[in-house]
Formats: sequence, structure tokens, C-alpha cells
Amino acid sequence: MALSDSTTALGAVLAKWAQEPGGLLPALHEAQELLGWIPPDAVAEIATAFNLSRAEVHGVITYYHHFRSQPAGRHVVQVCRAEACQAMGADALLAHAERRLGCEVHASSADGRYTLEPAFCLGLCASSPSVRVGGRLHARLTPEKFDRVIAALEGVQ
Amino acid sequence: MNAVTVYVPRDSASLAVDADAVADLLMAECARRGLALNLVRNGSRGMFWLEPLVEVATPQGRVAYGPVAPEDVAGLLDAGFLSGGEHPLRQGLTEQIPYLARQERLTFARMGVTDPLSLADYQAHEGYAGLRRALVLDGDAIVSEVLQSGLRGRGGAAFPAGIKWKTVRGTQAAQKYVVCNADEGDSGTYSDRMTLEGDPFMLIEGMTIAALAVGATRGYVYVRSEYPHAVATLREAIRVATAAGFLGDDVCGSGQAFHLDVRMGAGSYVCGEETAMLESLEGRRGIVRAKPPLPALQGLFGQPTVINNVITFASVPLILARGAAFYKGYGVGRSCGTLPFQLAGNIKQGGLVEKAFGLTLRELLHDFGGGSASGRPIKAVQVGGPLGAYVPASKWDVPLDYEAYAAMGAALGHGGIVVHDDTADMAKLARYSMEFCAIESCGKCTPCRIGSTRGVEVIDKIVRNQNRPQQVKLLRDLCDTMLHGSLCAMGGMTPFPVLSALDHYPQDFGLAAPDRKAA
Repeated sequence: MALSDSTTALGAVLAKWAQEPGGLLPALHEAQELLGWIPPDAVAEIATAFNLSRAEVHGVITYYHHFRSQPAGRHVVQVCRAEACQAMGADALLAHAERRLGCEVHASSADGRYTLEPAFCLGLCASSPSVRVGGRLHARLTPEKFDRVIAALEGVQ
Repeated sequence: MNAVTVYVPRDSASLAVDADAVADLLMAECARRGLALNLVRNGSRGMFWLEPLVEVATPQGRVAYGPVAPEDVAGLLDAGFLSGGEHPLRQGLTEQIPYLARQERLTFARMGVTDPLSLADYQAHEGYAGLRRALVLDGDAIVSEVLQSGLRGRGGAAFPAGIKWKTVRGTQAAQKYVVCNADEGDSGTYSDRMTLEGDPFMLIEGMTIAALAVGATRGYVYVRSEYPHAVATLREAIRVATAAGFLGDDVCGSGQAFHLDVRMGAGSYVCGEETAMLESLEGRRGIVRAKPPLPALQGLFGQPTVINNVITFASVPLILARGAAFYKGYGVGRSCGTLPFQLAGNIKQGGLVEKAFGLTLRELLHDFGGGSASGRPIKAVQVGGPLGAYVPASKWDVPLDYEAYAAMGAALGHGGIVVHDDTADMAKLARYSMEFCAIESCGKCTPCRIGSTRGVEVIDKIVRNQNRPQQVKLLRDLCDTMLHGSLCAMGGMTPFPVLSALDHYPQDFGLAAPDRKAA
């Protein structure tokens, strides 16, 4: 998306939410959906639209794990680290994912292809361990199944 | 030949094991063979080891097959599964599967049975019977019905729902709100998610009844961002209900308005605490508020607000439809009704078990769960989410009710039950509890913000045997401060898993029993 297009689109998002009570979180969600992350320029624009200081908007963005102040890799891989997944080998799965994707947790691979993150519960606790890759959920995962999921991604690139 | 109705669940846990691929293949294969098919994407029955659980409607009833992988589809059709034919994956009549047949499904009666987005299906299964009764009662009578039912908050705190409603009803304000807390962050819990994805009209109906009872005209459902399917299904259900006149300016011709919106969280666990959730809904950092004022008096945007969990609201339609006495007939003591227990982690038959309060953990683990998934002995069971205690085998016969669990320093919470086998390292899990608290603390109060980080360090020292007896004493002291000095349950309950691990599994901390006494 060209810069001017995304700027216009962000403007539309802000116009929609700025007057709505409690509109900041939905606006941030839509901004991130649009841009993939929330860049510093957007922070300034959001602050102006909501009549807040940049510090206040920055404070909200950085408080919530979901919002990104840095762009992510092409594929975001989230491995659940919560207890129900730990009970079924999530720690080993996360270590395997780090090796397979070539990056540590909370980081992106050097080629920018993957970002690996922990998740704290995807709600698939009776089918653990579980992973979310992009918008897709995968449950009852083993390292082998994880490799198949990643291989399928690479097949479609 | 008439089209055969086949059900393939659309629950996230089914989608995560290829339910969409199964549904697509089934359609394609039936088309290729010239078989007429009526495919319904239902919710999940909650037997997750069998997902994707495909059901076929036959004259004898619905027949279940599972777990069905995409590669099983052709073989199932060869075996005549469209008329309930024999196959290794055949589980018999769904209603007669012991796991389901032994439950007391009140709130989850429709779960997996109906099409979640069909209002006709919902109403054919007792849906909106509660609202119809509420519409002919006045607000006091609705509140009284909920009070008499003994319904307590299912989010974890177990506060009587009727008392909250009564407080909000009795407060004068130009605007009141009904807010549903669907920030289901506890590991081992998924009953809210199942409701949002599998029977969303039930939540909408419960919230509408609450709105009529207290005189609120606006409502919000705060759903966590980790549940995108739930958000999408709920939004669609709200659209359908609004179009049919069950929501909007004039609910069912009553002249009363109720507008409902969905708001998405953003990955903060502490936003499941009600005042942090209100901050988040107002567009700020999810920092816990000091109480008083109670949200019932000054809640969302400073106005009187009913806040309940998904399952609390979802229990209300049946209470109104069948009466308080019916609901109160289930359960023990002051724990009235049923709780959807959620078996998770290292368990052979993980899933949702709705039963009246008063059964035991042993029944759940063995009669329903069938033991551990790994086949190894079960070592520890965490009841009530990441802030719940680890319950050792010696306590598995204590009845699951709010008071009995509180008496042993544990909590039922939201009904999550996470099973660990004998390979679990309890010192590591205790450390994780402190680490989780450090990551998720909102930072407002010192015991939680600082205590959790110090807790991780102290447990590390205990494990490394660095002045162990003194560090154990320090850990207990720290937990005492967190328990009594924290502003909310985040810091106030993190000691539950930590101390229960230390008390019941001292050997994992390098302690022998005498050391434990000395500490």
C-alpha cells in the first residue's frame, strides 16, 4: 500500500473512532490491522485525533502485548506457554520452534520471514500444545507437525 | 433421496485440528458421488479428544464419528456413514456417549447441538424463553429470581450475581451499562470461548435480561484478542439478533432499548480483573482501580454498571425460563447450580464437563478424564487457572464447591482444571507463576509489581541451594505480603500456586519433609 493510501485509510479509522467513548483501543486495533504495526508517525496522528498527548498513546500501545511498536516478520508464530500447554511439552516445542525458525522468542528471523512470540493461552487447553501461525490455529502439535505447518507456509510463498 | 444432515464443528479447537478441511472434503466428495448433503457447522460438544467430531442425523438420532481426519472422509462415505454405518471411528449415538450422558448440561444444553448463528434453531431449543418471561416481569421480580437462584459469579470471584444487579437497579443514573467480561485468560479454561463460538445468543439473551432488570440501555462484551473466531461469531450473532428485533431501540416490542457492542482486548491478562477491564474499555492502560467505589455504583464511564462473566450471564436465561427453584435444585450448600468444569493439559479425555457442584476431582480426573494423556501417574492438578492452587492426590476427594475449596486454601475460579503427570517439576511451575505475575502485573501496587520479580529470584536461589532454608522462609514471607497487600487477585492469588507447590511437593524444591516443618 502506498504511503498516501495508508495515511488516508488511517485518517478514516481515526475519524470513525475518535468521538466514540473508549474508542482508542478499537482505533489501535484497526490501525495495526491496516499497517501491520503502529509506527511513530501514526502515534502522533492518533494522539492529535483523540486529543491526547503522544506519551498517553505511547503508554497505551506499550502496555498491551498485542500492539506492535516494531514491524513483525512476514509470518507471526505464537507458541502457547501457559500451564495446560506446558503439561504437554510446550517448552520443548518452543525450543524446537526457535531452532526451526532460526530466531529466539520475542525476535524475528534474520531474513524477516518469521517472528516468534509466546502466547499466554489460545483457549485450546484440552488439545495442547497449541500454536497460532498468522490467523490459523493448530492444536495437538508435535515438533514433526510443527515442521509440516511451517513447510506448508514455505510452499505457498 | 433427501439430503442427509451432517454436523462438522466450527469451534476453534475443531478448526485447529483441520475441521475446515474435513468439511470441504466432505462437500466435494459427496458432490462427486451425487450424494445430497446438508452441512451444518455446529459448536463443539466439548469432547476435544474426539475433534473433529462429525455427526450424522439418522432416524435413531445423531451418530458420532471422531476424531475425523481429512484422509478419513472417503473411507467414511464408503462405509455408509451417511446412514450411520459401522466404521472404526464410529462412537455410537452422540447422546449416549458416557462422557456426555453423565453430565448435567443446563447452560451447555445446546452446545454442539444447534447451529450457533441460527435464531430459529436457538428458539427451537428453549432459546429466548427466559427473555419472554422477563418481559412480563418488572425489574425487581427479575432481580429477585436471580437472587433466589443462588447464582454466583462464574468468572472466579463467586460473588452473588443478584446482589450486584440489585445494587445497580437501586442506583439512579441517566445511563447504566451491562458489561460482559469475556477476557478468559486462565490457562485451562475455554467455556467462555465455547459459548461465544457455539451458543452466542445465550449470552446476548442473558445480557438483555440483565439490562431489562437494572434499566441499562447499552452493553459491551469485552473479548480477548486471542479469540478472533469468538469475536467474529459474536459480532455476527449481534447483527442477526438486532435485525430480528431482539436487540436495538425496542427489544421485542417492549419499548425498552438495549444496544450491544463487542470490544476486543489486547493481550493483557490483568484486564480480566473487572476494574482493569473498565479502564481498558475506556481506552486506557488496563490499570486496576482501587475499590470503593464499586463498579455497581461507579463503573464504566463512572456510571452504574453490571459486570458479569460470560457463564454468569449465560446461566440467566434458563433461570428465568424454568424458575429459580429449578436451578437451585442443583449443587450443594451455597454453591448452587452447575459449573462447566474444563479438563485440560495432560489428560486423556480433555473437555467440558458441566456438572452440579459437589462432585470430586477424582471423579473428573478418572471417570471423565480417563487418567493422564501420557499414561503416567498424575502428580498435580491446578484448579482455577494460573492463580489457582496445585491440588495433590490426597485432596482429590474434597467436593468441588466454593466453600470446601476456600477452606483448603484453594479456589474453583472459572472451573479450569490443568493436569500434570509425574514428570512435572513443581519448583519450575512455581517459578513460572511468579514469572507470569511479573509479566502481567499492571504495576499499580508494590506487592504484585516488585514481589513477583523477587519471587522468581528467591525460587531460583532455593533451587540452586543458595542458603535454602533462609530463602524458603523469605519466599513464605513474600507470599504473605502479596496475599494480604495486593490490590487485586493478580498479586493476591499468585501465592496460591506457589505455596501449594512448596507445601505439597517440597522434594521438588530440594527440601525434605523436616526442612518443610522448619520453614
